[in-house]
Amino acid sequence: MKTNYDIVIIGGGPAGLAAAVSAYDNGARDILIVEREQKLGGILNQCVHNGFGLTRFKESLSGPEYAARFVAEVRVRNIEVWLQTTVLSLSVDKKVTVINAEIGVAVLQAKAVILAMGCRERSRGALNIAGTRPAGIYSAGTAQKYVNIKGYMPGRRVVILGSGDIGLIMARRMTLEGAKVLAVCEIMPYSSGLKRNIVQCLNDFDIPLYLNHTITKIEGEKRVTGVVVSAVDENKQPIKGTEMHFDCDTVLFSVGLIPENELTKGAGITLSPKTRGAEVSQTRETSVEGIFACGNVLQVHDLVDFVSEEAETAGRYAAAYVLGGKKQGESVAVKNGANIAYVCPQRVDKGAGGNVKLFFRVTGTFKNCTVTAKCGDTALVRKKKKIAVPGEMENLLIPQEKLAGASGEITVALEAENE
Amino acid sequence: MFDVIVIGGGVIGGLVLRELTKYDLRAALLEKENDVCMGASKANSGIVHAGFDAAPDTLKAKFNVLGNKMMPQVCRELGVKYKNNGSLVVAFSEEDVKTINALKVRGEKNGVEGLEIVDKTRLREMEKNVSDEAVAALYAKTGGIVCPYELTIAAIGNAMDNGAELFTDFEVTGITKQSDIFTVSSAEGKSVEGRVVINCAGLASGRIASLVGDDYIKIKDRKGEYILLDRESGDFVNHTLFFTPTRLGKGILVTQTADNNILLGPTAEEGNSNTATSADGLSFVIEKARKMCKNLPLFNTITSFAGVRAYSDKHDFIIEESKNMKGLIHCAGIESPGLTASPAIAEYVAETLVGGMLPMKKNGGFNGNRKPDYFFKNLSMEEKNEVIKRDSSYGKIVCRCEQITEGEILRAIRENPPAKDIDGVKRRTRAGMGRCQGGFCQPYVAELIAKEQNKPLYEITKSGEGSYLLTGVTK
Repeated sequence: MKTNYDIVIIGGGPAGLAAAVSAYDNGARDILIVEREQKLGGILNQCVHNGFGLTRFKESLSGPEYAARFVAEVRVRNIEVWLQTTVLSLSVDKKVTVINAEIGVAVLQAKAVILAMGCRERSRGALNIAGTRPAGIYSAGTAQKYVNIKGYMPGRRVVILGSGDIGLIMARRMTLEGAKVLAVCEIMPYSSGLKRNIVQCLNDFDIPLYLNHTITKIEGEKRVTGVVVSAVDENKQPIKGTEMHFDCDTVLFSVGLIPENELTKGAGITLSPKTRGAEVSQTRETSVEGIFACGNVLQVHDLVDFVSEEAETAGRYAAAYVLGGKKQGESVAVKNGANIAYVCPQRVDKGAGGNVKLFFRVTGTFKNCTVTAKCGDTALVRKKKKIAVPGEMENLLIPQEKLAGASGEITVALEAENE
Repeated sequence: MFDVIVIGGGVIGGLVLRELTKYDLRAALLEKENDVCMGASKANSGIVHAGFDAAPDTLKAKFNVLGNKMMPQVCRELGVKYKNNGSLVVAFSEEDVKTINALKVRGEKNGVEGLEIVDKTRLREMEKNVSDEAVAALYAKTGGIVCPYELTIAAIGNAMDNGAELFTDFEVTGITKQSDIFTVSSAEGKSVEGRVVINCAGLASGRIASLVGDDYIKIKDRKGEYILLDRESGDFVNHTLFFTPTRLGKGILVTQTADNNILLGPTAEEGNSNTATSADGLSFVIEKARKMCKNLPLFNTITSFAGVRAYSDKHDFIIEESKNMKGLIHCAGIESPGLTASPAIAEYVAETLVGGMLPMKKNGGFNGNRKPDYFFKNLSMEEKNEVIKRDSSYGKIVCRCEQITEGEILRAIRENPPAKDIDGVKRRTRAGMGRCQGGFCQPYVAELIAKEQNKPLYEITKSGEGSYLLTGVTK
């Protein structure tokens, strides 16, 4: 059995697929994709709604259709794929321990590794919501799997906590399948989902969105029978006297996505406490040379189109690494300044060449604002925005010539003219 | 017709049942829920106490110290995780220092070995995250941790493998005796007969006692809420950290669990038998845990839960024959340190109490060893490959967070005592106990149960009747 590969890609979702195609097209040939599910495509397979690919393909595709385009590209290049194979561990010297039913446990030696494991949903348990623990409490993605993959309904009367995109999509999906969605509650004063999803998934179906509200109690012994929803103050503490009761049999949680970096941690790779993904340069190389990361395992994206773009970057540099043995060059750190939640990449490798796109999220809703990337007192790039919200990832492009002169830390900051 | 009928499938009933199968006795276990380990035994701190807490010359003190010594061996036999991590009772004031010195004296009187007072400096070397306010601690080397539901399920499974019979969904509502034969019956009209009956019904043990007129056994309930942190923070503390005890119990503790999570809790709310968590309760747990430790990694919270402990107004274990009905044995009011004491209580009940009522002949065929319920993760690569070669279902990871394989889940559904639903599989295999809380694996686990039970997916429940996962098919 072959156990040595130039590039092992962990995960066959949108990030892994695009990274594989890009690595191949940049000259790498000896590539393996390891995927734990029975088919390639990752979470896209259960996203049967459309809206994927608007940026990349200028057309609206369903999740499986978007995935199919990349799967076809992988097939045409004869890139090796192991399905139903789970990676148990990854080491700093790029040994990838895998398990599947046919070969058992095996250790693969890679020259480069691309991390493309995606993310998981934050669960009810992580929020310490008071009440009972009956059946009928699901993360939105689990409900989506039951409905779209298995063909079963997880409930009839639904309250959704969190206005993340999956929650919004599931509000519409459950409604179309005959369930009654009573409310979507969001503890923040703004939705963390895309604006188009608020309009198309809630407004079009008259589903109320309660901003500054949270579930304060879950009721029911065997199955959910109801929830108590309360308004919250500016410190996100429930306000007494604002309680509303909903009779429901189901609670869905769409309260954030967490990059799945257990393998990354095992390999001793430095993680960012802000993104909970690896710290990378613009090549998407992590703190360990030859290990790259892309897609939602690195930073949670709003659109799969951007996942594909990021994965192509990782694939390209991974190919360059195995072909040319490219070493990490001199780099400068990138920090988040005022009103910025995080910036990715967290460092700029000055030897990598090319323009550098910095991705970031803002900490609140800002109107008529200016975002600047500065090195010391020198502004490298400045961009005016009519509106910036936490639910939409922003970016700044620093041209190559501006970078050449940057000798210290780069800071991204937002100046608001008015809130 | 059974020789012995045990009422209650908790850790006491489970270990008593297993102890009985060491003899040539026909033993039965009656459990009111649809699975075993559904009461206090499934939601507690999992601490193997050293034995310095209980007042000298109480049953608590006696069985605690004995049970503490027996626990490692019992766990080895049953394939249950146990860790001798040691306990620290942390003092924050001069008053506390007096208390820990008194606990040391009391512990020594109880026969606890290796008790030691450690100073501030030593305490910080032992626990890097202990609060800066802590001034000293009582260190008990013999303190440990065990997984309480694993122990209970393994004990009952092992007893069943040795011939005991399990009746679930059997809520005892009547106990009668005629010419030395007991008839124990349920509301639905089911009944079993036996020569000896042992009441190990936990919270319900007072109600069971009252069925024969033993109204002197008064059992009350005390709710405790907990917060569980991810294994990623597993080394946040290494020992079990206690505050000095109060009238209500040992207070909020911060401990590692046998599975390397971090557990905070419990609260102590008397007269509350529902297992709902409350905002006040969880805030109290956090407040106290923050007093005990700095840098509390609450961002790694994976779940919160509540359990209900039974205690008697006597504040000691009640382990004795009924005053009203010969041949009925009560094990009631088994509050903390009941888990620790359970192996010693079980041995005493079988050898001494049942031994005084029935002829006891050793069961030559008894095999006390049981393979761990979930084990695959800890095998070497060669061992894993051998297992997969024999059964390829061990090559499929179902629960990614805890790395639990399809093989382990199928085994939990097939072996004694069989898992019937999602929570049953979870308690036996840890599938769904990790950081995603079953978000990814629940549909797979449900499908495996459906296939094994030959049922449609929408009939699978989370935890028994009424806890349906799905409400029907899509359009």
